[in-house]
Amino acid sequence: MQIDWIYGLIGGLIIGVAGAVFLLGNGRIMGASGIIGGLVDGSGRNTAAERISFLAGLIIAPLVIVQFWDRTTTNVTSNIAVLIAAGLLVGIGTRIANGCTSGHGVCGISRLSLRGMVATVFYILAGGLSVVLFRHILGVI
Amino acid sequence: MRNILALIAGSLFGIGLLVSGMTDTAKVQGWLDVFGNWDPTLAFVMGGAMIPMAIAWAMTGSRKPIVGGEFPARPEPKLGRNLIVGSVMFGMGWGLAGLCPGPAMASLGFGGFSTLVFVGAMLAGMLLAPMVRQSMDKAVPAE
Repeated sequence: MQIDWIYGLIGGLIIGVAGAVFLLGNGRIMGASGIIGGLVDGSGRNTAAERISFLAGLIIAPLVIVQFWDRTTTNVTSNIAVLIAAGLLVGIGTRIANGCTSGHGVCGISRLSLRGMVATVFYILAGGLSVVLFRHILGVI
Repeated sequence: MRNILALIAGSLFGIGLLVSGMTDTAKVQGWLDVFGNWDPTLAFVMGGAMIPMAIAWAMTGSRKPIVGGEFPARPEPKLGRNLIVGSVMFGMGWGLAGLCPGPAMASLGFGGFSTLVFVGAMLAGMLLAPMVRQSMDKAVPAE
């Protein structure tokens, strides 16, 4: 528990390097919802290969690492209704807001984007409210 | 070249998410849960990620992307309804399951059936988003 923040910091630095590679290499903003969403709704058809390559790395690299390092604990709920509701909210919300934790949060705030900062404030407040509501008041998570 | 760099960036992103512990929904919900047993990890992840990213943004001023083209232009600092409503919806879902799009994909390979259901619903949501945006516009015009 005490050293978790060190893993957090190291992991964060790696995430930042990933974003730097994508920006300085390809001239693109590393936003997970945008990269996925562009494939889903067809708006990113012209850059489909780049998006698929990114997602292949994102899915496969952690899967390779967990073969040597048992870090597979996700503590994800098995409540199907919660998973579907949460997935729909995340999918619709990130596309309407045009970004999520990586695009608005990491990439946006680091360039001092007002939109990124405002989005981040609102999704963190809503996230906190969501945990209070569904965990402490309703007790469903 | 473009695809190789994307593969490298995606791989590093996935490894970073795994190392940081963000694929563990308990750590994400623990950070959001200020009234419970608060877990500070996520703040270190966000802060850590912004350091290389801020350096990268600073470097964009004097060069072009390696593969050519232009760096993304700074968006108009416009705070419309979509940014706020979308972010609130996203935040509600993020708190509910403890997953956002990056970590959901990074744990897809080992997260089992639950992660698969979440990602399926997320993709469906992304497909529905243009329709939701349209019906929002019809009810209350954006600006």
